[in-house]
Amino acid sequence: MPALPLDEAGKYVAGAYIVFVVLIVVYVAIISAKIARIGRELEELNDLADRRRPS
Amino acid sequence: MYAKGLRPLSIATVVALAAALAMVFFYAPNDADQGFIQKIFYIHVPMAIVALGGFVAAAIMAIKHLRTGDRSWDLRSYVAIHMSIIFGLAVLITGSIWARASWGHWWVWDEPVLVSFLIVFLLYCVYYPLRFSIEDPDRQARYSSVFAIAAGAFVPLNFAAVRLAEAYTHPRVLSQTGGDLPGDMRLTFFVSILAIALLYVTMWKLELTSKRASAQLGRLRRRLEDGIEPPPAQPAGDPTAVGARSASAEPAS
Repeated sequence: MPALPLDEAGKYVAGAYIVFVVLIVVYVAIISAKIARIGRELEELNDLADRRRPS
Repeated sequence: MYAKGLRPLSIATVVALAAALAMVFFYAPNDADQGFIQKIFYIHVPMAIVALGGFVAAAIMAIKHLRTGDRSWDLRSYVAIHMSIIFGLAVLITGSIWARASWGHWWVWDEPVLVSFLIVFLLYCVYYPLRFSIEDPDRQARYSSVFAIAAGAFVPLNFAAVRLAEAYTHPRVLSQTGGDLPGDMRLTFFVSILAIALLYVTMWKLELTSKRASAQLGRLRRRLEDGIEPPPAQPAGDPTAVGARSASAEPAS
């Protein structure tokens, strides 16, 4: 099969690399959300520990 | 504490990815036969290699778990499979894009490489329902490890079977003779493999760190809510030793 012209092939190459970038971006977004949740939980636990501390 | 080495690893990954992308588009020439669409191979093939390598690594970690009984190896194995599934999905999508551009079809069912990779991918998709249908943490870890070992052994067998298949149209990027890649394209390809492998390890470590931190927080919450005093602080040398040890035995969730 002859090679596709650049303008035609460019769409496919861009599509493949966009999939790759989207994979990374989505993963980073998910892991950021997880870290934010861990941070919130940590704050809650700090508050809980403060309340339990005998004054 | 769990994220030890994550920062230099992340920096190395970003540098390697930037170098790989720059080499793909500004250094490596267009393929004489396929033209510009061959550029897809610089991410498609490394991701496939790394994903399959991840499955094998997960099997080795599962063996470690069964040999030592340390559930942290099961967690490592689970996260490795999880990452390989993500990479595998990207392999299938980028492969389909290349197939559409090169062969005129999104998917070709009589192509052994495509179908065998799909079989491996679907096989590992079964891992999730298997793992999360078992509530007892010990059994969950043990059964998951057995699955990871059995499926991990299937990966090289599958790879060898496909290589032995005579009728194929899938291009060979790597072979014992180094494939048909000229020097500059081969260098770009190896830099891409390095970048994708670093990305895999960074994501694996990040996921592992997040899961361990979540587990550790859960334990701390239960202790505080149950009114059990946490153990006395460790000596200044290693304040996280007790926590780190207990977190390693935390079941994956």
